[in-house]
Amino acid sequence: MEYFIELLFSGLTRGSIYALIALGYTMVYGIIGLINFAHGEMYMIGAFTGLIVAEILLIYQFPLPAVFVLTALAAVIWSSAYGFTVERIAYRPLRKAPRLAPLISAIGMSIFLQNYVQLVQTADFLPFPSLIPEFAFLEPYAGIIGSTDAAILVVSLIAMLLLSVMVKWTRIGKAMRATAQDQKMALLVGVNVDRIISFTFILGSGLAAIGGVLIASHVGQINVFIGFIAGIKAFTAAVLGGIGSIPGAVLGSYVLGLTESLTTGYVSSDYEDVFAFALLVLILIFRPSGLLGKASVDKV
Amino acid sequence: MLELQNIDVFYGNIQALHDISITIRQGEIVTLIGANGAGKSTTLMTISGILPPRHGRVIFLNQQISGLMPDRIVQLGISQVPEGRHIFPALTVSENLDLGAFLRRDHAAIADDKAWLYGLFPILEKRRQQPGGTLSGGEQQMLAIARALMARPKLLLLDEPSMGLAPLITKQIFEILLKLNKEHQTTIFLVEQNANLALRIAHRAYVLENGRVVLQGDAAVLRDNPVVQKAYLGM
Repeated sequence: MEYFIELLFSGLTRGSIYALIALGYTMVYGIIGLINFAHGEMYMIGAFTGLIVAEILLIYQFPLPAVFVLTALAAVIWSSAYGFTVERIAYRPLRKAPRLAPLISAIGMSIFLQNYVQLVQTADFLPFPSLIPEFAFLEPYAGIIGSTDAAILVVSLIAMLLLSVMVKWTRIGKAMRATAQDQKMALLVGVNVDRIISFTFILGSGLAAIGGVLIASHVGQINVFIGFIAGIKAFTAAVLGGIGSIPGAVLGSYVLGLTESLTTGYVSSDYEDVFAFALLVLILIFRPSGLLGKASVDKV
Repeated sequence: MLELQNIDVFYGNIQALHDISITIRQGEIVTLIGANGAGKSTTLMTISGILPPRHGRVIFLNQQISGLMPDRIVQLGISQVPEGRHIFPALTVSENLDLGAFLRRDHAAIADDKAWLYGLFPILEKRRQQPGGTLSGGEQQMLAIARALMARPKLLLLDEPSMGLAPLITKQIFEILLKLNKEHQTTIFLVEQNANLALRIAHRAYVLENGRVVLQGDAAVLRDNPVVQKAYLGM
């Protein structure tokens, strides 16, 4: 039983990270109908930014919680700036082009960013310092959930909660939903759609960067390819949940995370991808638009 | 108040509007009638800044607005109720109205306007927590008009408000438009295929054919024009 609960928590932890990335895919898709294949790189750039900032702060012997907060903050800001810039130079000029053009541009951006980071950093694995302290109160449950897992769960849940409050209640959140549902009408009521699109990229990249710092600190090492792998997984989760749907992305991520974790625990970690993608295929057979996705014909 | 001066609009290489000139004075109801594909909606989208003209200028309250972004044009006081209503389907009625006031910051006055519009369209208040997409056609049209009014426009553009509605509902909506014009001095530019109806409530009218203004004048005079009667009034 304890083993099962341990797997459960490890699945939730994975799911949280996927969710932080999947939200960016799903929000961008919801608003401009583009699969932003460079999104995984925002996560990778977040992790690298985090590494640099954390190393510097640790040299100056900042207390660990302060290092974690400042590192996450720096990663969020830096990745957001990248997300904003990528949209401006790679997608906005292609807004009216055929759908395939921005998709190719996105893949190009992804390759470019990987190579660029590889050039200025390295292609090797780099050690990442552990930024999350051991919580004493979790010690009795050490067999079930580690401190970093708990921190990942809590931080990502807070981030998702803030996001949903923002989307539901704030002025810019309403404008985002309006733009996603009917872009022309959003323009007609006076929403500056370009600004909403930029904001969506900033938001998605920021969330991915939080995920990057959390997982890097958990795993203890990073390289330039982590964005590609995590990106594919998170994209899968977004499709699983119904791309374009925010709750769908979160649900899909947890379903994927739990499937992988339980497969690893009871079968073998060699099969985790097999089971994850088999599940994806199965769900898409019965619900082609994902778990919470709406059929695209319902546009009246 | 609004002046279109020699407007040419293109979709790619296809010219949709040819040398259109239209004037709307403060307090008027002006209608633009014409067949399907004559360029009526294109004219409204040009005014709203969605389709910039290739030649010509749009002047609103002594200021050139052609070339401005759509949000600036809304801010200057032009709101549009587009063809097909374009309700945000997953937003509630109340949220749809909030978006109409997107550019306003005077929260107290926004709440007052919402209450006033709920008074004008009681069915919307009853449905305020329902997603806009679940409303009937007539209710959606009312919501679309109310949403446009939330911006407190000086000029209201309406594109085919009668489309697909039962005659009784259409009558109700046109009565409200007349009331807005009389009691609140809202200037209205109405695009309609139902020329009969439009010419009855409008002060002046323009007739559009293949992207050109072919007739214009007082609505009452045009109603008696044999060409209009034959082509648009089915007489």
